Amino acid sequence: MDANLIVFIILAVVAVGSALGMLLNKNAVYSALFLILNFATVAVLYIILGAPFIAMTQVTVYAGAIMVLFLFVIMLLGAEELAGATKIDWQKPAAVVLGVLLLAELIVVIFFRETVFAEFAELTDFGSPAQIGRVLFNEYLLPFEITAFLLLAAMIGAIVIARRVRQSPSKRES
Amino acid sequence: MVPIEYYVALSAILFMIGTMGVLTRRNAIIIFMSIELMLNAANLLFVAFARMYEALSGQIFVFFVMTVAAAEVAVGLALIVAVFRTKHSINIDEASTLKG
Repeated sequence: MDANLIVFIILAVVAVGSALGMLLNKNAVYSALFLILNFATVAVLYIILGAPFIAMTQVTVYAGAIMVLFLFVIMLLGAEELAGATKIDWQKPAAVVLGVLLLAELIVVIFFRETVFAEFAELTDFGSPAQIGRVLFNEYLLPFEITAFLLLAAMIGAIVIARRVRQSPSKRES
Repeated sequence: MVPIEYYVALSAILFMIGTMGVLTRRNAIIIFMSIELMLNAANLLFVAFARMYEALSGQIFVFFVMTVAAAEVAVGLALIVAVFRTKHSINIDEASTLKG
């Protein structure tokens, strides 16, 4: 068993374990922290896969910005501990059955297919920030610009939706 | 190198856990986090296959997925805050006013 496989197995166990922790934890804050651990583990996998820039983006954008937003909203709403009582009795067993079916289907698709995947090749500077930038600003310039509009629309939309609507201009809600 | 099947399997398991989160949990924020987990599983596959075919487009797509995820989180959390203001709960079973 070579070192790469051992590292991969450790990372995979941590990733799946933290994902399960996120799924099963009653407290939403702990769930968010488990998800941050999961994102960090996947970032390490990105580095192994020759994508250092994506790994950095993963840590700053996902584990940083997005999860801070999550934690902020959880604490703003005081929604750490909510009763998990569901009104539909058969929902949980049905969900478990469907999830196991999905996993079985994915396993069949992955391991019992006709085509064979190629081996990984040795790389030099594949996925370096310079190369990413060259591809992003040459081939994908238009989508890149469109994402700017997407982010602007999302920002304005979030502000409009979350804004407190005042009934009358003189009377102010606390 | 680890064979790519392992990455595909790991991604499938993470995706399945995300699906289970959406199906079983009733807390809207946890459901949101499960969706992020599913997006992340897809991203892992993008990077793995980009490495396999040595095509940088796969890595570029991860950036776009991250952008969409960030936009989605901003709008979605704003929606959750708005729902919480009117219903004083983020249990999605209680957000059933439109049900006939």
